[in-house]
Amino acid sequence: MASPLLRALGSSASGRIALVSFAVVIAAVPLFNLLPPSGSALHLPDFYINVVGKWLCLAMLALAIDLIWGYCGILSLGHGAFFALGGYAMGMYLMRSIGDRGVYRDPVLPDFMVFLNWKELPWYWYGFDHFPFAFAMALLVPGALAFLFGWFAFRSRITGVYFSIISQAMTFALMLAFFRNEMGFGGNNGLTDFKDILGFPLAAKSTRIALYLASALALGGAYLMCRWIVRSKLGRVLVAIRDAESRVRFLGYSVTAYKLFAFTVSAMLAGLAGALYIPQVGIINPSEFSPAASIEAVIWVAVGGRGTLYGAIIGALAVNGAKTWLTSSAAELWPYLLGLLFIVVTLFLPRGLVGLASLVARRPPAGVPVLAGILKPERGGSD
Amino acid sequence: MTERTQPILYLDGVTVSFDGFRALNELSLVVEPGELRTIIGPNGAGKTTMMDVVTGKTRPDRGRVLFKGVHDLTRLEEAEIANLGIGRKFQKPTVFDHLTVFENLELALKADRGLIATLCFRLSGEARDRIDEVLDLTGLAARAGERAGALSHGQRQWLEIGMLLMQDPELLLVDEPVAGMTDYETEQTAALLRRIAGDRSVIVVEHDMEFVRALATRVTVLHEGSVLAEGSIDHVQNDPRVIEVYLGR
Amino acid sequence: MRLVRGVLVLCAFLLGFGVRATNADPFADAVAALGADGFAARAAAVERLADLGDPRAVPVLRAMSEGQLLVRKADGALAIQDGTRAYDPVTNQTLVSFNPDDYETVRLNNRLRSTLRGALGRLVLFSPDPRERLEAAIGVFKTRSVENLPLLRKAIAAETDAEVLAQLRLSLAATQLLSDDRAERLAGIAGLAGAADVEVRAMLLQLAADGEPDAEVRRRAADAVAALDRRLATLRLVQNLIQGLSLGAVLLLAAMGLTITFGVMGVINMAYGEMVMIGAYATFVVQQLVREYALGLTELTPILAIPTAFVVAGALGIALERSVIRHLYGRPLETLLMTWGVSMILQQAVRSIFGATNREVASPSWMSGAIEIAGGITVTQNRIWIILFSLAVLAAVILATRLTRFGLYMRAVTQNRGMASAMGIRTGRIDALTFGLGSGIAGMAGVALSQIDNVSPNLGQAYIVDSFMVVVFGGVGNLYGTLLGAMSLGVINKFLEPYAGAVLGKILVLVAVILFIQRRPRGLFALKGRAAEV
Repeated sequence: MASPLLRALGSSASGRIALVSFAVVIAAVPLFNLLPPSGSALHLPDFYINVVGKWLCLAMLALAIDLIWGYCGILSLGHGAFFALGGYAMGMYLMRSIGDRGVYRDPVLPDFMVFLNWKELPWYWYGFDHFPFAFAMALLVPGALAFLFGWFAFRSRITGVYFSIISQAMTFALMLAFFRNEMGFGGNNGLTDFKDILGFPLAAKSTRIALYLASALALGGAYLMCRWIVRSKLGRVLVAIRDAESRVRFLGYSVTAYKLFAFTVSAMLAGLAGALYIPQVGIINPSEFSPAASIEAVIWVAVGGRGTLYGAIIGALAVNGAKTWLTSSAAELWPYLLGLLFIVVTLFLPRGLVGLASLVARRPPAGVPVLAGILKPERGGSD
Repeated sequence: MTERTQPILYLDGVTVSFDGFRALNELSLVVEPGELRTIIGPNGAGKTTMMDVVTGKTRPDRGRVLFKGVHDLTRLEEAEIANLGIGRKFQKPTVFDHLTVFENLELALKADRGLIATLCFRLSGEARDRIDEVLDLTGLAARAGERAGALSHGQRQWLEIGMLLMQDPELLLVDEPVAGMTDYETEQTAALLRRIAGDRSVIVVEHDMEFVRALATRVTVLHEGSVLAEGSIDHVQNDPRVIEVYLGR
Repeated sequence: MRLVRGVLVLCAFLLGFGVRATNADPFADAVAALGADGFAARAAAVERLADLGDPRAVPVLRAMSEGQLLVRKADGALAIQDGTRAYDPVTNQTLVSFNPDDYETVRLNNRLRSTLRGALGRLVLFSPDPRERLEAAIGVFKTRSVENLPLLRKAIAAETDAEVLAQLRLSLAATQLLSDDRAERLAGIAGLAGAADVEVRAMLLQLAADGEPDAEVRRRAADAVAALDRRLATLRLVQNLIQGLSLGAVLLLAAMGLTITFGVMGVINMAYGEMVMIGAYATFVVQQLVREYALGLTELTPILAIPTAFVVAGALGIALERSVIRHLYGRPLETLLMTWGVSMILQQAVRSIFGATNREVASPSWMSGAIEIAGGITVTQNRIWIILFSLAVLAAVILATRLTRFGLYMRAVTQNRGMASAMGIRTGRIDALTFGLGSGIAGMAGVALSQIDNVSPNLGQAYIVDSFMVVVFGGVGNLYGTLLGAMSLGVINKFLEPYAGAVLGKILVLVAVILFIQRRPRGLFALKGRAAEV
């Protein structure tokens, strides 16, 4: 009876260590950029502020996926769609902020609309000249889509690989839709040529550091929120749903409502990540909706270790770090390596890097069984 | 007042078919409040399907299923039925393997099942006492902090029964609780079920005749989806039709 | 314009009859007039010759238009030059004593040249080659001139080829519409009754409009337009249906193996598209080998490629199953991720070996070209072969699962793995063979796709989402469901295209499948009852 409390405290301590070390690393990046003189060996080039800032956003996407996959067993292969929708909402704000500094000097219409000979702004672009509105939309649009999609799917008890395939079809359909010029989101080229955000030029170093810090804060906040959710009784209901969905139902919990809650929260987190990501990369286009992008994000979680939250962050940072490094030195090899990563992690590391570390420390964290590949789910049934 | 006179469970003319096969055929059954009822029957007699219908897992093609005379169970979702006070124990013990024994019981605890309430839930001292009580009753107190996945088959059965106790249902459906148990475990389980009954209604589906005898209850025999005989175990065992389809072979 | 022409014709007649003594043969007369003085007279002679509808006029007029018709300076007798020799235009006899210096070329001006072209066009109606006649008939249909009416009637009377005859009748009817004679116009409308052509529709519409003086003609024309619209709609339906079925056939090929492996093993193979791609590359390799070593077999390349692709992709599938997938049974989500990794590696490997650019696989002649069904509906031959091929593969797979021991075991494992295993079926072996079979079918799908699509490393990715939708829609592990799912998705896609465009149509289909899953979460043909409770 005392042990669940102990366990909570125990992993809470490890969580706190993770959080503190995370904060230290986050603070180190801009400090090493600002403090040492640019000739020094300790100096971190400006470029890295941007790169690490992007990784932090991707880590937030991984966190969102872990919340539903690691805890509730819902494998979404379409989470990139929520990320991209958040990105597009922010992109629309950035587009409107260009004002008359575009190529065609139109005070209202973005360049691509002038190019397509559009005469006025479509209704769904209204309001995006206001940052708070755009920011709210970056959360609400993905949330609403997830709610709608999830409501249809969970109500009909679509689970497992069926859900995965359907979510992949969802993002694929959105990709096709956003490729169309008629949609009014810049078609193939997407939204780009952003100038500034809230009046601060995007190219300025101070803006970049601010965006970096905003991403770090958002990631930290998202982590704490997810942690609060998974440690509540609600989190245990989610794990229970993953283990034995129908049992949860016969206990009187509405499985649909719980799944919907987790899925919607997760989608909004992904949207927030996308919204912070776009000003740092400077472009959003339909390729963000591609099924490959979504499934790659899932593997970050698997690499880090699902069902731990911080594992997702570690995985996203590790894989994207490796990607940045390798694509600049041996681009040909990256697809092989990423493909191999999928195979090795699923076969040999069901609990990812975190599991590897805790296997050494001999203390499995909550969530996934230690040797998922070897333990059979059946257990002396009498059927 | 009305609830006293109403049967706790009332099935009338319930029919369920899968691909032309009639799992339940005009089944009618009445269970009174506080009654412990055993249902027996050969494989395919419709015992599990009957439970599925009562708990909302399967929708009948025809027929009425009333709980306490007022709630039409054919129109409700599983979770709603569970919240009305109907608990179910599966044939194969299903507990949450990755949660501890304590957490398993905590989830089953009778409490607000809403999202916000669950998110902000805090375990009260009273609730903790209740969980401890059930842990003692099921003999799992020593293993409260362990993952349910690490329990033996019998212990999982008890944990599941314990979870049903936490739910505090008015009607409890138990599907083959002693399948795969040792003799000692079987005895223990019979004792546990008898303790649970009394203040609530229990329906037990069972194959094991020794166990049925140990429960000493009114017995309903199902055959091909409808009731073949009903009465005390001795009465049923002497019924020639029952002997022909079930016991005699 | 018409008046000028009429006057010219009249002049020609006067000239022809006036200047030369009458000859017994009107053809010889008309030919002789070609050498007349003055361009106008010659043009009139050309028209006269053309109106005779005599096929012998064709070589003469051709020679004239090519500047090889000569006229003797002394007496105006004509000859056709053929290199250093010459022959008589009427008798076709070689002129024995031919001296080029005695002759001069019959000269042409632009006006005469265009008259010649028109005349030749009409005259080809009487060419011995039915293909030329058909073309000429179509030409007459396009130009539509009332003066052609007698000529057309003559051609119809002489025509023996059914196809040319049909076109001639159509041309006649279309031309009749322009006639000043009300009866002719009505006959024209009646003659166009069976047509299904947008041009005919435009002609009739013109007649139904206010320009037409006769109310009866207007009414009949309007009726004809309505009937034609109905016919066009039916034809469009048929065309969409055929195109939809051919798309469905491709989807069927692509989804068949997927549904087998999913049904038997509960495994989603994300590398399935790459198996298709490898099948297409196997076809490419076979083609290159044939070109290198056995040029005589070129026509048989697809036939040779089918077993090759089946074996290559099937062997790869078995290797994949035995090496990695079997370790992940009971964990379908991990399998899904793992096979995605495999697909990335396979794609990159093919890119490294064959390059990232598209490779071309040529279709043999018996598969290329198009067949016209009716009223302008054409179907490319390879589409038809693919429909046949996919149905043949489906039939083979169904027979294999019904009749062979392996098929029996496969069905047993699909329905109850535990029980099958308890009865002594080596489920691991069945899994490997099933995976091999599924991959082999994917390879054969690749052969088919190589005929209609570019062979590139991304080939598989283009079909994978659609294939999943087919499997989900049809119901997992059910081949009939897959057939119905593939065909209905293909047809729906094609029917949406005209209204929504290709991309939007596809989006709508995806959304429809997603919504459909709400009603039947396990597809059209789901397992029911106890079997479904796994």
